Amino acid sequence: MKVLDQVGRATIEFFEYAGGIVILASDSLGFLGRLRIRFIETINQCYLLGFQSLSIVLLTSLFTGMVISLESAQQAVQYGFGSLVGSAVTYTAVRELGPMLTAVVVAGRAGAAIAAELGSMVVTEQIEALTSMGLEVARFLVLPRLLAMLVMLPLLTIFADVISIGGGMWIAQVYAHISPDSFISSARQAIGFEDVVKGLFKSLVFAMIIALVGAYQGLSARGGAAGVGVSTTGSVVISIILIFISNFVLSFILFGGH
Amino acid sequence: MSDIIARLDDVTLAYGDRVVLKNCTLDIVEGAITCIIGLSGAGKSTIVRLLDGLRKPEVGHVYIRNIDICHISETQLNEVRRSISLSFQFAALLDSLTVGENVALPLREHTRDPDAQIRQIVEDALDSVGLAHTYDNMPSELSGGMLKRAGFARAIVTKPDLILYDEPTTGLDPIVTHLITDTIIHLRQKLGGTAVVISHDLQSIYMMADYVAMLFEGAIIGYGTVDEIKRSMNPIVQQFIAGSEVGPIPI
Repeated sequence: MKVLDQVGRATIEFFEYAGGIVILASDSLGFLGRLRIRFIETINQCYLLGFQSLSIVLLTSLFTGMVISLESAQQAVQYGFGSLVGSAVTYTAVRELGPMLTAVVVAGRAGAAIAAELGSMVVTEQIEALTSMGLEVARFLVLPRLLAMLVMLPLLTIFADVISIGGGMWIAQVYAHISPDSFISSARQAIGFEDVVKGLFKSLVFAMIIALVGAYQGLSARGGAAGVGVSTTGSVVISIILIFISNFVLSFILFGGH
Repeated sequence: MSDIIARLDDVTLAYGDRVVLKNCTLDIVEGAITCIIGLSGAGKSTIVRLLDGLRKPEVGHVYIRNIDICHISETQLNEVRRSISLSFQFAALLDSLTVGENVALPLREHTRDPDAQIRQIVEDALDSVGLAHTYDNMPSELSGGMLKRAGFARAIVTKPDLILYDEPTTGLDPIVTHLITDTIIHLRQKLGGTAVVISHDLQSIYMMADYVAMLFEGAIIGYGTVDEIKRSMNPIVQQFIAGSEVGPIPI
């Protein structure tokens, strides 16, 4: 009975959480539909959540592109397929690692920042103060962060794609003596414009996950500084899990195993 | 209820298993300062949150100008809230905005007044609470007493009919407590309107209150003018205002 009780509670909590996220999304997008947008705050959030994540995204993408190139070049050169290194790096970067790695990095940085900021606003009664002034939290706080994430994550993903391919190309030239022309030619054969668009579509879904989970976790914070810490940690963990799961589902739907 | 601006009607509310208010009824007289006293954790702050629609009772009704705010939509509630302001215990200013921007926020969001006019109204509001020089300061640069007064400025800037002060003097030294009390009295004289003040500070209450309500174990057990409360025959009220450890209140 105890196990059944725990399963029941966990199920209720799951649906409460999922329902909460859906309601938050619906409230926020409702204000977007009515064009009740705080433009200046959205631009501010683009800077805070997006631009300030640029350096860490570029750094992780650069080294990821380089390591893919290093590993694939080793094998490819050994078996005489050096010309395929460009394909391997570009294919992986644009379709999978670019969107996903960028999202994971941004979830760790910007998603946590959203949860921590909103959480500290909850425990210092700032959220209650907004509600008491008749201001809608979904419009005032959540929508600018959601929009900023929807704009900035695809942009960051483009930068991540470019820098990881660039890093891969450099390592391929230095380590396996594969010329940039050969690398680019191979890359062009591996992916098309459609792949880039699908990769960016993934980043839009990831942006929704990061912003909404961060906001929901923050707004659910209870119990002072410790509660804010728990919410922030939860935001990163839940976002990353959802990013991995949705990445698989999206890859299956968008690329269908091809 | 012609001279009653707000009313808690037989309200019961619990946080989890802990019943905070039980069949609590309280009338707030229009144009008066009503102070609510009671032990720590008695549910006084819950009352102001009920009056502002931030909490909903499990049983009972909360009326603002005869509108039952427990059974209206969030949009309608936001309309009602425009005639109410809540000044929080720790001011609850948005720490990402300057003091001036905080005070201007309700005007920027709810009116189409030009910037220059809003700036003038905000400067007047800050001047009313003795903070004219703090427009461009961040909240983190103000002392506790200044923060509370900045919170007052934000509360009065829309000229509400009902201002709710949640523990305005708690944690302040006697001089600042006196200053805050004077500010509340001055604001009521200048702007009119109705005020509900949650406080433990009896000296402040005696200075400002038109009516005093004592909350104990979830219900109002004493209500009247300051003199009536001082003369109350209720032993709980007497023990509380005497600040005595001896009496029916369990310590």
